[in-house]
Amino acid sequence: MEDNIIVKVSGLTKKFGNFTAVDNITFNVKEGEIFGFLGANGAGKTTAMQMLIGLNKQTSGEAFVAGYDIRHESEKIKKNIGYMSQRFSLYEDLKVWENIRLFAGIYGMKDKEIAEKTDQLLSRLDFEDERNTLVKSLPLGWKQKLAFSVAIFHSPKVVFLDEPTGGVDPATRRQFWEMIYQAAEDNITVFATTHYMDEAEYCDRVSIMVDGRIDALDTPTNLKAQFEAKDMDEVFRKLARKATRD
Amino acid sequence: MKQFKAFVVKEFYHIFRDRRTMLILLGMPVAQILIFGFAINMEVTDIAVAVLNPSPDTYTNQIVERIDANNYFHVDYTVHSQNEIDELFKQNKIDLAIVFPNSFNEDLIESGKADVQLISDTSDPNTGTIIVNYATGIIADYQKEINHISGYPPYQIVATTQLLYNPEMKSSFSFVPGVMGLILMVISTMMTSISIVREKERGTMEVLLASPLKLSQILIAKTIPYLSLSFINLLTILYLAYYLLGVPIRGSLVLIVAISTLYIFLSLLFGLLISTIAKKQVEAIIMSGIGLTMPVMLLSGMLFPIENMPFVLEKLTHIVPARWYIIIIKKLMIQGLDFSFIIKEVSILLGMTGLILALSMINSKKRLE
Amino acid sequence: MIEVKNLRKNYHSPKSGKYAGIGTKDNLEKGISLSVPKGEVFGVIGPDGAGKTTLFRILATLLLADSGEARLSKWNVVDDYKEIRKIIGYMPGRFSLYMDMSVEENLEFFATVFDTTIEENYEFIKDIYQQIEPFKKRRAGALSGGMKQKLALSCALIHQPEVLILDEPTTGVDPVSRKEFWDMLSKLKEGGMTILVSTAYMDEATRCDRIALMREGEFIAIDTPANIIADYKQTLWSVKGDNLSSMLADIRDFPQVQTSFAFGDEHHITVDQNLTKSELSNYLSDKGYANVSIDDITPTVEDCFLALTNEEN
Repeated sequence: MEDNIIVKVSGLTKKFGNFTAVDNITFNVKEGEIFGFLGANGAGKTTAMQMLIGLNKQTSGEAFVAGYDIRHESEKIKKNIGYMSQRFSLYEDLKVWENIRLFAGIYGMKDKEIAEKTDQLLSRLDFEDERNTLVKSLPLGWKQKLAFSVAIFHSPKVVFLDEPTGGVDPATRRQFWEMIYQAAEDNITVFATTHYMDEAEYCDRVSIMVDGRIDALDTPTNLKAQFEAKDMDEVFRKLARKATRD
Repeated sequence: MKQFKAFVVKEFYHIFRDRRTMLILLGMPVAQILIFGFAINMEVTDIAVAVLNPSPDTYTNQIVERIDANNYFHVDYTVHSQNEIDELFKQNKIDLAIVFPNSFNEDLIESGKADVQLISDTSDPNTGTIIVNYATGIIADYQKEINHISGYPPYQIVATTQLLYNPEMKSSFSFVPGVMGLILMVISTMMTSISIVREKERGTMEVLLASPLKLSQILIAKTIPYLSLSFINLLTILYLAYYLLGVPIRGSLVLIVAISTLYIFLSLLFGLLISTIAKKQVEAIIMSGIGLTMPVMLLSGMLFPIENMPFVLEKLTHIVPARWYIIIIKKLMIQGLDFSFIIKEVSILLGMTGLILALSMINSKKRLE
Repeated sequence: MIEVKNLRKNYHSPKSGKYAGIGTKDNLEKGISLSVPKGEVFGVIGPDGAGKTTLFRILATLLLADSGEARLSKWNVVDDYKEIRKIIGYMPGRFSLYMDMSVEENLEFFATVFDTTIEENYEFIKDIYQQIEPFKKRRAGALSGGMKQKLALSCALIHQPEVLILDEPTTGVDPVSRKEFWDMLSKLKEGGMTILVSTAYMDEATRCDRIALMREGEFIAIDTPANIIADYKQTLWSVKGDNLSSMLADIRDFPQVQTSFAFGDEHHITVDQNLTKSELSNYLSDKGYANVSIDDITPTVEDCFLALTNEEN
């Protein structure tokens, strides 16, 4: 494996019966990169992501995440990644610090380290007063920020984000992306899906899936040039128009 | 009416397309009947017996013979001391011991009354009770026989437990009404509440409420498919019970079906009531499963005889509809009694139905909260 | 067509565990008010938890307000709920379809619920329904997000409602399907339908005739998108250049910068009136940023929302 490639995917394919959800995709993600993983509904994003984090087995092809083979070493992969999905991320009926301790505990962190890092995290987020608050009584935007912090609490090599900012207010959405930048600077690779095309612009590189294939992969600037588009929204629309499956 | 029909059709789509659930619903009564009828058969056969008879005489010998001659029993040991009996029980070699007192013959002749001690292993209380009941039955028969012959002042051998209606002690007889009470309630209550709450959970209820459909139309349409499913189950159970287990249907079949319909209706209303309270399918399952099915199994007399319950529990059984339903079905099916014997129970069920109907009407809302 | 006056609704939200609602903030004793004429596309725009769904449910006669009044056409949402239920088409937040029934069965069912048939209204829903008609035998659960959305809209339209109430119809749907969806709404509007729609995507605001920006249960602005943008009082610049992510922190350190937000491949910043572009440009060059370009820009609705939020805090 090349030194600075953290996610290496080649020929990855997933079939459900006759239906090819993910069709022979190949790409690399570099360490510390913010990688945008875009595609229309049903293009195969979720399935591809699930294979990478070990929730779904591929039909053919191979992929390595943090140096581990997704086919055999999913347990090791899980220790080295963070995952935040839109649907579930924190336990609503646990307090803020209890959530942090729980997830840190799952990843085998030591009590002392957990305590120290919890203090750091709460002060960085300006959440000190909310330490004992039940997560369910936090505003949505705060929850999302907390969920992201928890997902990277154990300093994973890669963090996978599945539509992390859906429905969040504009100011919080931006604070969220600033946290993503911060994580990338701390050398955590970020692999994210989103439906906000302006967020695609924040990514170092973007891939766009159409009908299970990756039809475009480059920096936002290059993609806009390549498709003669004024913004990523236009790039996306030009590509997605080629889609034939429903 | 057209709307109503379309709604009922839609409900059947839901049922038919969820194959697994449908199979469970239709298969459950079959499985339960088979399990209760055969596997958990409370009938006890192959009962090994030890006899302690210090002064054998005609009477004691005949009693032992009768017992040995019975298909269920075989006298394997004749012992000479209580210790031997204890030992045999410990080694699990016998299920029953019969102990005659030294003075059996004297007692019987002089006072006309003699005791026999029946000892059975009650680590399984049900089996133990049954074995003792069998033996008591045989002894009682014998007593009748000798009294018939002698013509003297009647001899009393043992305080007999009369075994009415089920002389062969077939346990499936008492289980069939229980299974009916359980299955009908589970299908009607659980499935109705789940199917309504599912629409709440998926958001389709919002659309239905915001449409010109009346709430009553929605709710009644919801109950119809489960009413029919319950009917199929009722007939399945009766068929299997009659032809497979040989349970008699001594009373009026029409009356049995009519009362069952009342009970199904009551259960459907229970389902509606639960659906007005539960917000998630899981809640509906817990409420109908643990809140209703468990009490039915534990407090209806289906598994545990109500007469043996502590006072508080016994009182509690009065509010379990299944208790009354099971009593009615036992009376109709097995005892072959007519309507005049079940008026009290039927009235109670009717009263409960009225109460639940009122409660669910008060509780159901034409809006979201 | 839609009249909302001093509406208030305070309720315990099971999700947040806090008292949420609309028109219940301390400074908002009068509740919220709103008026939508016939044939208008009116957008309620705000993040999750702003109160959009509560408002829509009150209008769809599914919730009762604590105080205030709401009318659709000449009907009051409390007393005349039966009439209102006949004239509205309502599409709640999630696609409320029966996933185990086919496309056609869903549409047929909802047609019957509203006492009509597909044939009777085929012309009316044709434009939308034709896109999914090739899959009419497929179960709704097996459709993609965009197609579910189209089917849900067809079902809401099948009785030719006078008012269409759409609660976040585009959430979780990809940009292409979203654009198509708004095109469909424009067509319906041409036919004279009144459309009330909510969204958390700010970029969809410009597709509405008028919008209400909603936040924490109150309207922070109601007007046409153009007027809301025209009302923007700040000096707004865009800043482009290399290494944008670290630049943001340095821009914030600059004293005359008031707010700064990342907007895709540029930053939008508001500054004191007396600041000149060259001052900022020089400062950034000194910090080592290359290819810096600073321009005056017209704000987007999102800029307005950010500014209004900021004002309040």
